[in-house]
Amino acid sequence: MALEVPENVVVSKLDELASWCRKNSLWPMPFATACCGIELMATGASRHDLARFGAEVMRFSPRQCDVMIVAGRVVMKMLPVLQRIWQQMHEPKWCISMGACASTGGVFDTYSVVQGIDRFIPVDMYVPGCPPRPEQLIQSIIDLQDKIQREGTISGREFLARQRQEPKRALVELPVISLPRGVSRLPQGVRVE
Amino acid sequence: MIEQQTVAATSAQFPAIAWSEFRGDTRGVVPRDALFAVLQYLRDQRGFDLLVDITCVDYLNYRDADDRFGLVYILTNTRTNETITLRAFVNDPDPSVPSVVPLWPGANWLEREVWDMFGIGFEGHPDLRRILMPEEFTAHPLRKDYPLQGRGERHNFPVLQRAEG
Repeated sequence: MALEVPENVVVSKLDELASWCRKNSLWPMPFATACCGIELMATGASRHDLARFGAEVMRFSPRQCDVMIVAGRVVMKMLPVLQRIWQQMHEPKWCISMGACASTGGVFDTYSVVQGIDRFIPVDMYVPGCPPRPEQLIQSIIDLQDKIQREGTISGREFLARQRQEPKRALVELPVISLPRGVSRLPQGVRVE
Repeated sequence: MIEQQTVAATSAQFPAIAWSEFRGDTRGVVPRDALFAVLQYLRDQRGFDLLVDITCVDYLNYRDADDRFGLVYILTNTRTNETITLRAFVNDPDPSVPSVVPLWPGANWLEREVWDMFGIGFEGHPDLRRILMPEEFTAHPLRKDYPLQGRGERHNFPVLQRAEG
């Protein structure tokens, strides 16, 4: 490259820069219905200090948030509310399923409790625990930041299209080989083009 | 036993009540048809001004049980500190009792809860809707013949994809 770049200049892609901005200013929407919500509050408080990772501004309006943290069990009367709040959030948006109950229903395997919110809304991160320690939630935020950086600035529609492409690509990359009669497997070292 | 006088006076008025005592608690089994009159008598004549709770027990497959549902009314006299538990048995196919909302307005939500969970009708209730379960729910989940994990109602929702909304 002929151009002289000064020492304190970093060259990057615009997409990477946008993802970097996004991941370091997450605005959580606390959907706290049970004891996980207490741990969520502890995570945001001064001791564990979620502000160190740029995700401390909890807003109780879905229009102002981009990551929903579902903390606690969701009953079937609450699920339409959850879906509505999820739909009210703007793109780009992510979802963290915090604790055993939100992820799987936990010990509440009864008629009224939804057995995992990922049956009805998309989930990016699952946090195990009953309830999880604040450290675990912070780890999930860090992992979510990595995921945001990795995925880049794609919209939900693009994400879905990409997801639909994936099985096709797998079929292309692993072609079906028809073997001659009587041969159950190829000898080692033989490749079929 | 501070409830002795009340029990004696109520028995004189309604001899069909079967009284018993368990660990200091006074209990009475009231015939279903006399229930409203007994409750009204206790409120107006004996000063039972507080309805503590209305709840229900499903005696399906219970040993030595003859009736299906046992409705439980717990009453307290806040002046004399007497507490009485009254029980009335109702059966299928149409388990129902008269509503006591005219006596104690606080019975409104208690009766709605019993209706929601056990499907017991309260005749004359001003607003007998479900209170805990969603309105489109059709079963009465605390009945013993309702499966613990439900009949699939908890999974009967639309699935949101990432591209929507």
